[in-house]
Amino acid sequence: MSIFCKVPQAAPVAVFKLTQDFTKDQFPTKVNLGVGAYRTDEGQTWVLPVVKRAEKIIVSDDRLNHEYLPILGLPEFRSSVSRIALGDDSPAIQENRVGAVQCLGGTGALRIGAEFLRCFYNGNNNTKTPIYVSAPTWENHGAVFTSAGFQDIRPYKYWDAQTRGLDFVGFLSDLESCPERSIFVLHACAHNPTGTDPTQDQWKQIAQVMMRRKLFVFFDFAYQGFASGNLENDAWALRYFVSRGFELFCAQSFSKNFGLYNERVGNLTIVSRDTDNLKRVLSQMEMIVRTTWSNPPSQGARVVALTLTSPELFSEWKDNVKTMADRILLMRSQLKAKLQALGTPGTWDHITEQIGMFSFTGLNPKQVEYLVKEKHIYLMSSGRINMCGLTTKNIDYVAESIHEAVTVVQ
Amino acid sequence: MSVFSDVPQASPVAVFKLTADFREDSHPLKVNLGVGAYRTDDSQPWVLPVVKKVERLIVEDSSLNHEYLPILGLPEFRSAASKVALGDDSPAIAENRVGGVQTLGGTGALRIGADFLWRWYNGTNKTATPVYVSAPTWENHNGVFTDAGFKDIRPYRYWDAAKRGLDLTGLLDDLENAPERSIFVLHACAHNPTGTDPSQDEWKKIAEVMKRRKLFVFFDSAYQGFASGSLERDAWAIRFFVSDGFELFVAQSFSKNFGLYNERVGNLTVVAHDSKSLACTLSQMEKIVRTCWSNPPSQGARIVSKTLNSPELFAEWKGNVKTMADRVLLMRDQLKTKLQALGTPGTWEHITQQIGMFSFTGLNPKQVEYMIKQKHVYLMASGRINMCGLTTKNIDYVAQSIHEAVTKVQ
Repeated sequence: MSIFCKVPQAAPVAVFKLTQDFTKDQFPTKVNLGVGAYRTDEGQTWVLPVVKRAEKIIVSDDRLNHEYLPILGLPEFRSSVSRIALGDDSPAIQENRVGAVQCLGGTGALRIGAEFLRCFYNGNNNTKTPIYVSAPTWENHGAVFTSAGFQDIRPYKYWDAQTRGLDFVGFLSDLESCPERSIFVLHACAHNPTGTDPTQDQWKQIAQVMMRRKLFVFFDFAYQGFASGNLENDAWALRYFVSRGFELFCAQSFSKNFGLYNERVGNLTIVSRDTDNLKRVLSQMEMIVRTTWSNPPSQGARVVALTLTSPELFSEWKDNVKTMADRILLMRSQLKAKLQALGTPGTWDHITEQIGMFSFTGLNPKQVEYLVKEKHIYLMSSGRINMCGLTTKNIDYVAESIHEAVTVVQ
Repeated sequence: MSVFSDVPQASPVAVFKLTADFREDSHPLKVNLGVGAYRTDDSQPWVLPVVKKVERLIVEDSSLNHEYLPILGLPEFRSAASKVALGDDSPAIAENRVGGVQTLGGTGALRIGADFLWRWYNGTNKTATPVYVSAPTWENHNGVFTDAGFKDIRPYRYWDAAKRGLDLTGLLDDLENAPERSIFVLHACAHNPTGTDPSQDEWKKIAEVMKRRKLFVFFDSAYQGFASGSLERDAWAIRFFVSDGFELFVAQSFSKNFGLYNERVGNLTVVAHDSKSLACTLSQMEKIVRTCWSNPPSQGARIVSKTLNSPELFAEWKGNVKTMADRVLLMRDQLKTKLQALGTPGTWEHITQQIGMFSFTGLNPKQVEYMIKQKHVYLMASGRINMCGLTTKNIDYVAQSIHEAVTKVQ
């Protein structure tokens, strides 16, 4: 008898199961609008040209070795990525109150930040501090905070299915009525899965309530540059909060904007009131990292650091990012145009109003099932589609299929 | 006031503090016998030639991309890593009851294994299950299991300071008296920090008690190949326990034997009684990994996988590993010879009897302080030295310094 005989089979992660089903499907015109990774117009994965270039430089550099990185990561990576988030001219950086922890992708940054907050925020080892995540949100947010020990994960109102937009009134009302010092996970841009971001004015109002009610700001920033094509625009909300004097965490991911998904490149940026507090926070972050992965992996961080710190590569990178962002914008525009041309019932403006990789189509679970089973178009049951899965070759088929789903299925 | 104002300063990790002090020291003859990384006879880090070769192959391979790895990691890495630990002809592997989880180094493997055990091992009493670590042990073992949720970390007797060897009687005694189902962290070979391993007969005795008392076997295997120069010899204990019918975990690290410290290459090998239990266990491992780092980094795993799976590269790798192991053996031999020639009081047999990277010299804290402050020879307060820090250039100075420490300081 196994000592593991009572271990139950866990359910697979939905988005990976979707891709598995897609892979097994033999249908000739199948389309994968599930997992969030960029695809070219040929439906292929894309290694950014600048990444390829940086990798070659690294492999030829005989001064580099494989000695352990510091616990907090590659120094030039940490400083360059905090700068890219907060801006070269960031007063907070100049005031030496910004720190960074190189982490394993955005997930790792969220986890280290969550562990720290559970240990040291709002008392010691306070597992009862409420964690608010948007309704809906990335499927892993709740689980990360739960694994870090938090017992009270709550939704804040976000997506208004009726208007297919932001439920701003509901959002503000949750901010007003939640317990003081609650932790809020905010999507810095290109909200996953809805693609719907607050406007600048709305962010200002959100910030005002959060400051007054002493709520903790934890940004999830996985799409800088990828959302609008512009690094600064996509960082506006984060920079605004910093300029308003917030202390905050920002979990950055370079999976999408560098296409470095499998090298796990992330960073937890910490903005503190002053250097002294920052120093103590970082020393505790080291303790948390030490028992999780000891010190982070080098390859992806080197690629990103090299790119961000050399003007020519940086410029090439920005172009590569714009290439991806522009293709998505084109697909959004074309999908909306085709649905309107088909006379598909409903309004489809949200497709071009939403931003980033994902669109919340508004399709209901029955309609989604129709698309998956009858049309071999794979999307999340929430109605979320990955715009990167669309190409000039499949967009007609997808538009027609959505048209059928909406007209045939209620 | 900062939200972080009550966060205390954490103390630095001792071994990294030692290296930091070493770096700041400008004494011309300084020697670093602290942190556990291989050095050449020129005191340089060493990128293994086979690693350099494979890195070039990878960067030139245009069929590779950066898409997310599966949650459990690169399949060809996982199977090759488990095979190298258990043997090509392992019946357990042939019976489909061995699985691997690609992790962030040995630390990551220990942590994922610990997280799993905390959730699923030993019924409902999980947090209270005692975890036994050797006295002494790697300084991070305690922290990893504590942060995974275990509240009861205990030492098992291991090092006998009087005879400078294994306290087998004490070890067996602790095994007999441990609560049933306690978890034991065993060093597969090249015990850190003592360099003292049980003999094969002693392992057999240990296994007999552990089986009878239903104790959980968690091997830490960070030095396979590095200890004796032979992969098979260094895996003897693991393979014996598996052949003896144990279900067990092995946390494997490829930091040392591949010199890939900063790419974080590790594997948690799971040996279960049957394939169904294994499948359920792995599915739960996926859930644990998903909230920690989502999926692991690719670069290091690709290098190891390519090397282990290609006969030519595998042979070259074994040659590189033997180079490192042989240099360590030479330094052991020379250090002992020089101490004996100097007539340094005490016996120094343990220097050549111990195995692997480390030697527990037997120097007491005062003598260690003398070494550091007066002689600028840096070693851990426990008296542990990293043999790799010795070279033909500094070995006379080190032997002389030890002689002084032992004769001048009591």
